[in-house]
Amino acid sequence: MQEEEKYQKLKDIIKIYLPEDVAITDVEKNSHFMNNLNINSANLVDIVLDVEDAFDIRLENDDMDQMQTVNDAMAIIDAKLKEK
Amino acid sequence: MNRRVVITGLGVCAPNGVGLTDFTQSLLDGKSGIRHQPNLEKLGFGCQVAGEPLVKDNLIDNYFTPLERRGLNATGIVYGVIAGVDAWKDAGLKKNTSNEPFWDRGIIFGTGILGVDKFREAIHLIDEGNVRRLGSTSVIQTMASGISAYLGGLLGCGNQVTTNSAACTTGTEGIIMAYERISQGKAEIMLTGSCSDSGPYVWGGFDAMRILPRGYNDNPTKASRPMSATASGFIPGSGAGALVLESLDSALNRGAHIYAEVLGGEINSGGQMGEGSMTAPNSIAVQRCIRNAVSNAGVHLSDIDVINGHLTATAKDGLEIENWSKSLERAGVDFPYINSFKSTVGHCLAAAGSIESVATILQFKEKVVFKNVNCEDVHPEITNLISETRVPRETLNHAPRVIAKASFGFGDVNACVIFKAFVEE
Repeated sequence: MQEEEKYQKLKDIIKIYLPEDVAITDVEKNSHFMNNLNINSANLVDIVLDVEDAFDIRLENDDMDQMQTVNDAMAIIDAKLKEK
Repeated sequence: MNRRVVITGLGVCAPNGVGLTDFTQSLLDGKSGIRHQPNLEKLGFGCQVAGEPLVKDNLIDNYFTPLERRGLNATGIVYGVIAGVDAWKDAGLKKNTSNEPFWDRGIIFGTGILGVDKFREAIHLIDEGNVRRLGSTSVIQTMASGISAYLGGLLGCGNQVTTNSAACTTGTEGIIMAYERISQGKAEIMLTGSCSDSGPYVWGGFDAMRILPRGYNDNPTKASRPMSATASGFIPGSGAGALVLESLDSALNRGAHIYAEVLGGEINSGGQMGEGSMTAPNSIAVQRCIRNAVSNAGVHLSDIDVINGHLTATAKDGLEIENWSKSLERAGVDFPYINSFKSTVGHCLAAAGSIESVATILQFKEKVVFKNVNCEDVHPEITNLISETRVPRETLNHAPRVIAKASFGFGDVNACVIFKAFVEE
């Protein structure tokens, strides 16, 4: 899977969780989910589940804790896809 | 402090009508919302008919964001939010767009059990060792107070936001609780109501108790027969009703439309003593509840001209009429007009009191007494006590003055509230 395709797939997942005052065009690779994108912390667990379904991978508790930014998520997805 | 309290908004999501317009028309015409339920047939239920609101998918989009809709599997929340938000709008109130909660507006929105289908989903995941897959919405959709929490957030209320639960009295109890809060000066506006989930997991227990009719699976609209000699049990239902209660001062200041005044009420229990039990009412408590409600309301027994009963279409309907007759000291042709909406709505359990109170209040607006359906053959136990003319079988052109509404529930709990036509002075 190409880098750009993965990023697009991730952005599609994030989109629904953005509050009204944040647009999908505001999402950048170094965006922090909670601090920059104002995503409700409770919804981070839902993003993890959506990522698991979309990429057919499984994230462990440690992975979830480390997933703070869009870049973190990309790196974790990469690592998990390589393990497959 | 004992302030006057009025009703300024109504909302409803009922088996025979979602929204006030459809619901009113159904009540005027006696249109039934009780239908055959294929899933109950598939599961081998004895009673395969029920009353379930028909909520279109695109209607849900008007109330929930795409994010809120994801994984939403709690029908009670859907019904409750539709009814609650509608009542708020009907009262001419807006959602809170400021940065400060509405400190003087609160919510008492009851339920019996919430998010049953969501809970089932969670149980399956947990039993498969997959608790991590529950997501973030399992708790908020299954906690009893989920409904008041959803509404509290949607409307931005900063007064008391809570959920009451007293079986089938829940909705009527909530109205009295909201009335007391405003009357005591602790709030200006309270949204009150109740909701009940749909489906086999809510209704199954009643089917197992063998208290639901089994002979009407091919004839659903005839199944629920309150006050009838051929009544054979209640038909389960679901949905939500909601009312905005407001201090008279606040309503007049806002220039709000006033449907009716809440004069007061009474809540009590029979202690499951005497003839009272977990499932049967203690008549002494029922009569005391009605009498105290009338006296708390500051009216005379003779002022009541319309009653909306609990009247579920079980063998207890006759006893209920006897309790009304004894407590109001009225019988024969002197008895008030009485109706039950369960014939067309079903028994919506925790939502019953609020849906039926919305219907009761609509009678002031329409200046009618809505008809009783499936009651061509009034039970002789009832005609022995009151004149058959007091059980209208056609919608009656009678503008109600003072209506008593009661609900009774498992646990031997009772609630009776007194509404009065509002007259500007």
